[in-house]
Formats: sequence, C-alpha cells, structure tokens
Amino acid sequence: MITDEPAIWTQALRKSYPGRGAALDGIDLAVPAGTVHGLLGPNGAGKTTTVRILATLASFDSGQAWVAGRNVARDRAGVRARIGIAGQYAAVDGILSGRQNLEMFARLHRMRAREARARADELLERFDLVEAAGRPVKGYSGGMRRRLDLAVSLIRSPRVLFLDEPTTGLDPRSRLEVWDAVRELADSGTTVLLTTQYLEEADRLCSRITMVVRGRVVAEGSPAELKSSVGGRDLDEAFLLITEGA
Amino acid sequence: MTVSISGAMTDAVTPHGSRITWAAVDTWVVAKRHLLHLVRRPDELLGTLMIPVMAVAMFGFVFGEAFGVAMDVPGAEYREFLLPGLFALTMAFGIGNTTISIAEDVRGGVLDRMRSLPMSPVAMLAGRALADMILAVVELTILLALGTLFGWQAHLGIGAVIAALGLLVLLRMAFSWVGILLGLLVSGPEAAMKYFALVFPLAMVADTIVPTDLMPGWLALPAEWNPLSSTVIATRELFGNTAAPATTWVGEHALTMAVLWPVAIIAVCLPLAMARLRRLGR
Repeated sequence: MITDEPAIWTQALRKSYPGRGAALDGIDLAVPAGTVHGLLGPNGAGKTTTVRILATLASFDSGQAWVAGRNVARDRAGVRARIGIAGQYAAVDGILSGRQNLEMFARLHRMRAREARARADELLERFDLVEAAGRPVKGYSGGMRRRLDLAVSLIRSPRVLFLDEPTTGLDPRSRLEVWDAVRELADSGTTVLLTTQYLEEADRLCSRITMVVRGRVVAEGSPAELKSSVGGRDLDEAFLLITEGA
Repeated sequence: MTVSISGAMTDAVTPHGSRITWAAVDTWVVAKRHLLHLVRRPDELLGTLMIPVMAVAMFGFVFGEAFGVAMDVPGAEYREFLLPGLFALTMAFGIGNTTISIAEDVRGGVLDRMRSLPMSPVAMLAGRALADMILAVVELTILLALGTLFGWQAHLGIGAVIAALGLLVLLRMAFSWVGILLGLLVSGPEAAMKYFALVFPLAMVADTIVPTDLMPGWLALPAEWNPLSSTVIATRELFGNTAAPATTWVGEHALTMAVLWPVAIIAVCLPLAMARLRRLGR
C-alpha cells in the first residue's frame, strides 16, 4: 500500500516521569511508508520511550501520535493489529520451545490453531531455526534468540515494525543476518522504525535518521545529509558534533 | 531458500465472534502456556506437589499423635480432622508460584509483548488463574489418593465430594487472583520469594491444622474469620469428617462463607490487578 500519508507521524510528543523530569520534550517524526527510519542517540535520549509510546506500551502527556493511519491515544487496538515489536530484551518465553513461542503468539494474534502451526513452520524456516525449534529458548544463543524475537514480531505481517536496538550484544554474523532481514522487510513494503546506538547500522539500513538527545530532536535527514551538514567525513563525526552541540 | 517474511499484508482484524468468546480463547492459550511450563520443568511440578505430600506426612504422623492427645482423640481421628485442612492449606501455598510467575512476566517482557498484541487484556492474567485451577485439581486428586492410603475417607457420597472439591478450587481461584495482584505489585520475582513466608500465617492461623478453640483468644478470632477456615469447615461437613461443633457465627455459616469469601476476594483483586496492568503503561 503506497500512500502519501506517513506510516508513523508524531507532533510535539511529550512525556515526563514523576521525579525524573521530561523523557520526551517535543518529538516530531514523519516516517514515509515502506522506509527504514533510524532513531539515533546516546543512552537515555528517549529512543526506547518513543518506541514504547508508539507501540501502545506507554502513555504520553501531550502531542499527537499516529501509526499506520491510527491514532495511538484513541485506537490502541487498531494500532496493535498493525504493528510488530522486537526489542533489545528479547521478550520471548525462555521455558517454551521456539515453535511453542511462535504458535502461542500466533494464537494470541487470533490465528486458528492450524494457521498458527503453518505460520510457525514458515517463520522457523525463514529464520533458520528449524533445527532448534523443539528446544527450550533458554538454551538458544543470543543470535538465535534475537531471530526468534524478530520472527514473533512478524507473525501477522505488520505494516509497521518497531526494532529497539535489534543488534545490541550480537556477534557480527548474527548482526548481518538481522540487517538482511530488515532490508528484506523494507523491500516488501514494511515500514521499520529502528533505534540504535550503532552509527554504522543506521548508515547502512536507514533512508533517514532522526537524532535525539535528552528527549529532543537535534537533527534529521538522510545519512548523507547529516554527514555533509557538519562537513564530517563519516556519521561518527557528525554524531559527535551534533550531540555535543545540543 | 527464500520464503517471504511478510506474506500478504493483511491487517489483523479480529475475526467474527464476541469479545467474551475471544477472551475465553485467549485465556485458554495463556493457561496452556503456564501448564506447558510445568510439563517442561518436571522438577518444578514435583516440587509443587511435594508441599502437600510432605504436609500430610509431617502433620499427620509427626505432629498427629501429639495433637490427637491435645484434642483428646486418637491419632487416626486427628488425621480425619486434618486432611480437609491440608487440602485448603495446599490451595493457599499456590499463591507463591502464582506471584513469582507473574513477576517474571513483568520483568522478562513477556507481558509487554502480550500488551502489544490485539488480545484480550484480562486473558493475560486470567490464563494464570485458569492454569492454577487445573493444577489444583491435579494436586487435590493426589492428596485424596494419599489421604485414602492413610485411612482418611469421605462419608457422604460422591456428590458431596465433588461439591467439596468445587469449594477448594474456588478458593484456589481467589488465591490465584491475590497472587496475580501481588505479582504485578512486587518489584521482581526475588521479592516475591522473600515474602513467601507470609503465606504461613494465612495457612496456619486458620482452622486447618490446629482447631481454633485450642488457640489463644486473640488468635482464635482472626483464625475463625480467615477465609481458609470457612472452606475447611464447609469441606469437613461435606466429607463428613470430624469437626468440633461450631460456636461462632462464621462457623455456623461456613458453607455460605466458603462461597462468599472467594467471590469477595476475586471481586476486589481482579479489578485492582486490571488497573495495575493498565498502569504498567504509564
């Protein structure tokens, strides 16, 4: 589905936690459908908070947020039916097997038992987990766990996928596998919002990047634009200059 | 090998069927998850079942004779009095596992994942309660068999036995919601384990192991009003087991109270747990 309407759109998004001050201090985002958008910033910048709000897991104080054409504050069910989320803390059940995880979450996505089994088969195959399918997830390597987490988030072919630091703590090979999966998703039309601390990751995957520092947007543009805006040769330099200036 | 990850991009609209039907389906899927946990960790299941088995052995035989003397009855008659108490006590001890598992789901992010799905919110928690009730039936079956082995018996027929088991499972459901609420409130599974000792007064300051008329007055009053006591007295009646004649209002209305208490506990804890679940998103 190609429309002019952004797949993710926020305006002046604000949220503060009691006693801790503002976590988000007016975030504006506009992510065109079918693109990979990076949310880049140091720890505590508000990246995860933004993702949690957009995925209906946290509330916000003021501003507006729309995901896949749905108002996040008013139509949580509508948003939930259209999103997937995978995080740095892989939220899969460690005691169940990979297959049992996929089937359970597919059932909770309102699939029938047979449909859920078929979808689990498909995703196990796609993410190279067939051999480990029957084993408890506790015994999976970090990369396998992350692949399962990603597979679970794709059960219902979401329009918008939130990836919260999807490669943090992964070895280089697993990281490349996750990158390939993200590219394949974007090619098939899924909108991806990706938070990361890795500049190389943002540079390689994202068509546009929003830099966030202390809950504010400090820069926005394509990787090339951000590099040239500070006259830097690479994104690392741009990142340091921009975040220091903020 | 290239299988498309995303297939056709169809929005996950809820299929036909009422909200209640879907809440029931979701509850069953979540309950199955908790039951699978037990099946996949047999040592955990064994540990859970060991508490009531040990309780029967310890209280029945180690303390049994002495308590019998104190109550001026033979040990066998004390065990007849004791078993219904242990059935209810086992229902109370389940609170620990319930609290820990919910606290783990909060910590580990499984609850967050569920909250990002278009599923029924109440099912995220009710699934645990259903699994607890199914586990309770298994525990009670083992205890009944064990009791029979030790000479305990029900005297009033199968219908009364089923009614008694129904009351016990209802009590477990109430305690399950207490555990769910606590699991959402504690800071983590470790804290839940530390507070586990609090189950002891709930389980023992009641008409379970020692008759309340042998307790000092200040202890007898809370023991008589303990929800456990109502279920114990009611099930003793239904099993036709030894019991001291009721002298208090709660004791006389044990059967009614054995229904009212759990219903009241659920009526308080379920909405509080749901409110807490919503607050997780603050």
